[in-house]
Amino acid sequence: MAGSARRGVSAQSAWGRIGFATNSHDIFNVHRESPNNNWETEFDFTPDNYERAAELISRYPINYKQSACIPLLDLAQKQNNGWLSLAAMNRVAKVLEMPEIRVYEVATFYTMFNRSPIGKLHVMVCGTTPCMLCGARGIYQALKEHLGVDYGQTTKDGWFTLGEMECMGSCVNAPMIAVADYRNGAEGFTYTYYEDLTPASVVAIVDELKAGKQPKVGSQHRRFAEAAGQVQDEQWVVKGSTPVPSLRFEANGGKVPGPYCRTLDDVPEPATDTKGAPKGAPPSAHAPKGEGGQKGAQKG
Amino acid sequence: MFAHGGRAAVRRLNARLLRSFSAAPSPPSPPAPEEMRVHGGLKDEDRIFTNLYCQGDPFIKGAMARGDWHRTKDLVTKGTDWIVDQIKKSGLRGRGGAGFPSGLKWSFMPKVSDGRPSYLVVNADESEPGTCKDREIMRHDPHKLIEGCLIAGVGMRARAGYIYIRGEYYNERMAVERALAEAYDKGFLGKNACGSGYDFDLNVAFGAGAYICGEETALIESLEGKQGKPRLKPPFPANVGLYGCPSTVTNVETVAVAPTILRRGPEWFASFGRKNNHGTKLYCISGHVNRPCTVEEELSIPLRELIERHAGGVRGGWDNLLAIIPGGSSVPLLPKRICDDVLMDFDALKEAQSGLGTAAVIVMDKSTDVIDAIARLAYFYKHESCGQCTPCREGTGWLYSIMTRMKKGDARMEEIDMLWELTKQIEGHTICALGDAAAWPIQGLIRHFRPEMEERIGRASELLAA
Repeated sequence: MAGSARRGVSAQSAWGRIGFATNSHDIFNVHRESPNNNWETEFDFTPDNYERAAELISRYPINYKQSACIPLLDLAQKQNNGWLSLAAMNRVAKVLEMPEIRVYEVATFYTMFNRSPIGKLHVMVCGTTPCMLCGARGIYQALKEHLGVDYGQTTKDGWFTLGEMECMGSCVNAPMIAVADYRNGAEGFTYTYYEDLTPASVVAIVDELKAGKQPKVGSQHRRFAEAAGQVQDEQWVVKGSTPVPSLRFEANGGKVPGPYCRTLDDVPEPATDTKGAPKGAPPSAHAPKGEGGQKGAQKG
Repeated sequence: MFAHGGRAAVRRLNARLLRSFSAAPSPPSPPAPEEMRVHGGLKDEDRIFTNLYCQGDPFIKGAMARGDWHRTKDLVTKGTDWIVDQIKKSGLRGRGGAGFPSGLKWSFMPKVSDGRPSYLVVNADESEPGTCKDREIMRHDPHKLIEGCLIAGVGMRARAGYIYIRGEYYNERMAVERALAEAYDKGFLGKNACGSGYDFDLNVAFGAGAYICGEETALIESLEGKQGKPRLKPPFPANVGLYGCPSTVTNVETVAVAPTILRRGPEWFASFGRKNNHGTKLYCISGHVNRPCTVEEELSIPLRELIERHAGGVRGGWDNLLAIIPGGSSVPLLPKRICDDVLMDFDALKEAQSGLGTAAVIVMDKSTDVIDAIARLAYFYKHESCGQCTPCREGTGWLYSIMTRMKKGDARMEEIDMLWELTKQIEGHTICALGDAAAWPIQGLIRHFRPEMEERIGRASELLAA
């Protein structure tokens, strides 16, 4: 954290788990003057983005404009090729009429904000335990060797910045990476998950991205989070006797149950009716019909 | 060996005794057979989330065909007290981890406004390692969530609500925003929502990558555009929350199941699961299983049954199981001998010195280096500590650095006790539960895998001596 920064170690050699509380490629929580990031540089939202900003601000009460700090920083980051310069943060402060320091506080707190220049694509590997159990370290090794950079570094051609993120909430589809695409500003921004990866497929994905193609989004081997198989020992394995594809609704003839609502008028529901009625409830029963029938039954 | 067998027997006996005690206050005759019922095997027709795997259209047309927004007006006009009462009757407990009774929580909101508006805040900052249930709701059943917001909003006398979605869920947020626009177009939200005469506005807000924002007061801070640092309680959010107004923060799943409970009846919902642990729940099964998946099942399903029925069993068979974290990274892990017969609900897991948490089941087979797995969690908590309270900020760093050495066995035997002591110094001494959450996985490790830790230290010191 800030304390480690003050020790004055160089960014490269200091990259390691012990000293820092951040996964982002910003090693320091303090501002460092540089030719592209100082008090003289300028930043302003484009007219399009001012419109977006106005929409974001309109979501909050008018007297609490500063609530839009995170969304506006996010917008500024998308416009500014994926990172927040001092000028960008100051602009957000100006738009939201709040002290600059409050914006800096927010920008340094959240891991998705980058405060130094970044590659066109930010490739983030999830490394938390569920992904780790399923081979996230292999994904990291493969990317590290293929791109020739470690966490927190950008490739020489400026395409990829490699990073590690903590649990991105796709644990059932582990291991996974997320790729933030900063090439096309706010309108063309994408943040894509690639799931159920093997070291080979993750290399293929970054190659395809670099070639300007769009790799398969989401899971590489199944649709979503249904039970299908798993990446084991660096390959997709389908095991187990009866594959359970997904929901089948057999009792309903394979159709998803439609609108249903019990009768709402009789306030004290009879205690006898606990399990039977709603479980086998005819999903097609339209409310008025069902109401009549059930009312009779309950009164009887 | 003997100790294990004996302890297991005592535990089973205790469990049985406790179960019978817990059944005691209710009328004597019916509960006994009810308690003996084996839970699980939820039928597809009893599922709340019928589009969990996106077999149909997630948006308005598909959602309405599946029964969302059906007679919502009638539910809303039934009024606040009715909604709260029905939710109380259903026995719904919060799905975000703490398992607080939802009806009770909603009823804490002020009955008469003192001039301040009330807010509903939906916690979609799902970042507990192992958990990915809300993601499926947001991208495949967003209308369930939005309709639930209206119902919960009425239940809390709130006129406005925010759904706070984590920044990484960019595509999920797009889905919710699209569904929200559709709901406004149809007149389901806004002025005179659903034609009920109730005004309710809903907005989507988002974060930018901070686990701590899943804590309710941190979430409120973040929503207000600040660093996500938890607030001291009291005052509780129900008195002073978002913008200083009464607010209630609830999990996505809790909110999303509410309309279905009201439509199918609280008795239907309460017919699932053991006493005090009613309903269905989304389980996320990850780690070393053959077919990891997110699945809706009945509460109180035996853990083994859950994994074998839905997740294709543990890799290499049940006997290859080492340990399971049953409720997201923040709860202590359970070794195989407990996993054999533990039930997946709030009370049974608490009895087993763990917790249901978010019902994110992380399975580890015998190939796992369990010390490494827990050390990685220690790194997670070190990374995600907001830095506000000293025991957590400093303690999580220490936990990680000691665990890093434990991983290699580069430690002294007495350091295991030091580690235990350290977790006890963090636990309960912080504003929010992140300190506890950082301490528990390590406590679980020491409780159940101390011999492994000692063996590793022993081996390392032999190597050093040689």
